[in-house]
Amino acid sequence: METKEKTMPKGGEFLIKETAAANIFIPEEWTEEQKMIAQTCRDFLEAEVFPRLDEIDSMKNPELMPSLLDKAGELGLLGTSVPEQYGGFGMNFNTSMLVAEVLGAGHSFAVAISAHTGIGTLPILYYGNEAQKAKYLPKLATGEWKAAYCLTEPDSGSDANSGKTKAVLSADGKHYVINGQKMWITNGGFADIYIVFAKIDNDKNLSAFIVEKSFGGVTMNEEEKKMGIKGSSTRQIFLNDCKVPVENLLSERENGFKIAVNILNIGRIKLAAAAIGACKKVTSTAVNYSNERKQFGTSISNFGAIKLKIAEMATRTYASESAAYRAGQNIDDAYDALIAGGMDEAQAKLKAVEQFAIECAILKVHGSEVLDYVVDEGVQIYGGMGFSAEGPMDRAYRDARINRIFEGTNEINRLLTIDMILKRAMKGELDLIGPAMAVAKELMEIPDFGASEDEGLFAAEKKVLKNLKKAGLMISGAAVQKFMQKLSDEQEILTNLADMLIEGYVAESVMLRTEKLVALKGEEACKVQIDMTRLYFNHAVQVVAKAGREAIASFAEGDEQRMMLMGLKRFTKVDPLNVKEVRRSIAEHLIAKNEYPF
Amino acid sequence: MKILVCISHVPDTTSKISFTDNHTKFDSNGVQFIIGPYDDYALARAIEIKEATGGTVTVLNVGEADTEPTIRKALAIGADDAIRVNAFPSDSYFVAQQIASIAKEEKYDMILMGRESIDFNGGMVHGMVGEMLGIPSVSPVMKLEVEGGKAKMAREIEGGKEYLEVSLPLVAGCQEPIAEWKIPNMRGIMSARTKPLKVVEPASNDTRTKLSQYQMPAAKGAVKMVSADNVAELVSLLKNEAKVL
Repeated sequence: METKEKTMPKGGEFLIKETAAANIFIPEEWTEEQKMIAQTCRDFLEAEVFPRLDEIDSMKNPELMPSLLDKAGELGLLGTSVPEQYGGFGMNFNTSMLVAEVLGAGHSFAVAISAHTGIGTLPILYYGNEAQKAKYLPKLATGEWKAAYCLTEPDSGSDANSGKTKAVLSADGKHYVINGQKMWITNGGFADIYIVFAKIDNDKNLSAFIVEKSFGGVTMNEEEKKMGIKGSSTRQIFLNDCKVPVENLLSERENGFKIAVNILNIGRIKLAAAAIGACKKVTSTAVNYSNERKQFGTSISNFGAIKLKIAEMATRTYASESAAYRAGQNIDDAYDALIAGGMDEAQAKLKAVEQFAIECAILKVHGSEVLDYVVDEGVQIYGGMGFSAEGPMDRAYRDARINRIFEGTNEINRLLTIDMILKRAMKGELDLIGPAMAVAKELMEIPDFGASEDEGLFAAEKKVLKNLKKAGLMISGAAVQKFMQKLSDEQEILTNLADMLIEGYVAESVMLRTEKLVALKGEEACKVQIDMTRLYFNHAVQVVAKAGREAIASFAEGDEQRMMLMGLKRFTKVDPLNVKEVRRSIAEHLIAKNEYPF
Repeated sequence: MKILVCISHVPDTTSKISFTDNHTKFDSNGVQFIIGPYDDYALARAIEIKEATGGTVTVLNVGEADTEPTIRKALAIGADDAIRVNAFPSDSYFVAQQIASIAKEEKYDMILMGRESIDFNGGMVHGMVGEMLGIPSVSPVMKLEVEGGKAKMAREIEGGKEYLEVSLPLVAGCQEPIAEWKIPNMRGIMSARTKPLKVVEPASNDTRTKLSQYQMPAAKGAVKMVSADNVAELVSLLKNEAKVL
């Protein structure tokens, strides 16, 4: 084994610490085996899913989706995260992200498989006792049993802990009798196993149960009619005196909300991976169309207005991908360290993901919003054919939209990122106060107009990055001082701060990826990636400047406002980038390759 | 049953083809390589036969070290072991010699491969191997069943099909629908890295051809639309411009 000097990063630490490019994972480092797994996923979609997209979405054949999951199970695609002793393959976290990415291009099928392998299987894998794992995991890993996750209720969505579903212990003490109603249950129509969240008696917090459909007392409404992912089974589930053996309580009483939150952390980063897969597919499809479609006697890909779109689609996808696998590897590294410290596997995986919950939320928001950007431009490149239900962009556009809603809305996730950071700062896990005071002090001093201290390819970007982080610290520091505990009521300001945070993290990730890639392959071979990095920075700085200005104007007044606005201006000062040339050169690379090639 | 499947390492069908070094070298930069699609059918059928009747499937590739991911994929699909002849596959004769030399030692019951590779599309290797070993070779084989030491095959011929019964050992150049392509499963992928992949040096460096230059086919010209009422113009164009009449 290769041993590397590596300091273990902590979640959220990117705000106040620099990361060395050599220490992050980049997708260009996939092993031969991981590439083969990705290819299997691609081959599966090509052979089984893409030829049947209309049939899947029509929902006319209720057996179709479960049969596709069975076939995926035969290939082992349902067991990537399940340890070998339970019939799975015990792949590391980043490999399971890669599988999620490739399958993410599979429209409704992607939702079904990710619900089964993610929120359906993982609660048992990470919180189940030995007997529960032995009973359920092997069947879930092969697909013999399909799983669904029942958290949301008609009156309990984002406020998940407010659910009304009740569990009462039977007189003989052998069963919990569950009554309640669950909504938006993915895979609901065909699942054999439901992870059901309910409150025992008058508990304050949820508990989680493994419910087999065969227990009885589970009924459901018709399939929901939806804007997109029409082929994904989505049902309302009713639990009427559903008798669940006491041994099917998952983890401990009142531990359900914690399970829900932790499983959602994993779901969020995996959703980002799936969104990236969809982005790549849509970008490739759009590039190919722009090469084929002729107007004014030439391919529309020869027009600058189209190149602009292609370059932005590619750049944002590349950026999101850079951040997703950086965080995925952080989770793997944290897991390895916890295992080495003697922790058991399930516990270590949860702790590792929890450590990077901030990054998971950031990625969920970024990935889903990049996807919506990409499908929107995909429709636009297709023009009239983009609006036609006969073309491929119609489905891509409709199916993308749910990603900003499920696994925690993007609004909730934005608020969560800042909330988690402040909580960690309060607990002393993340030293924000020191750096924030340093920034405040810097504001009072004469501005530094000197050149960057860093040298090399991304010297300018590194300086920008430091400044973006300073801008975030400056505004969040002032907001905390002003509102103290009541900052959580200022959701608009928190949303602004989240935007600054997200762009800072993603911009840093893009730069680190390209920097590492250049170290591996040389500058000449990475010209397009360097261009994409610069283009992304240009975008990130604009977002940070706008969000920062809005936040400052929302709570600061007089001299304080003037000083912060001046500071923000200084921290978001960048040299102008010839975006026209940069976008052209990026787009021309994709146009020549006729796909998204990174 | 001891089966040898010969696979070629070829650019993916969607690859953009370009040349370097004054049109004397294929530019493999950024090109994804795959198992030759016809070879992939042969491999799938070999594995089906092995699963039904027992035995072993060995894959063989003539290629340099960069072909190993392609060989590993064949192992992931289900072959038991692999041999790589460490040499650039310069022409059909060269490749056929390497296969024949190994087959002479190993005594396979069947040597299967695609009807042709999809890079140079020579379609000659199976015939040459048959000649070199003095055993029957049949191509293109669309159906292959083994029964009592004999192979029953269906072969595509002009305007119909030919049904053959051939004694083993034999060489077959395969094509669809002999079997359906197999997607490697996770278990196969994970076991592929531990399956033996033997690298041997070429038995002979003899080639029969020398490459002078590659040339791209002429770009397609613009389509000329002729009105359905104007047959005379169509005939004139076919005669004078396209010169096909």
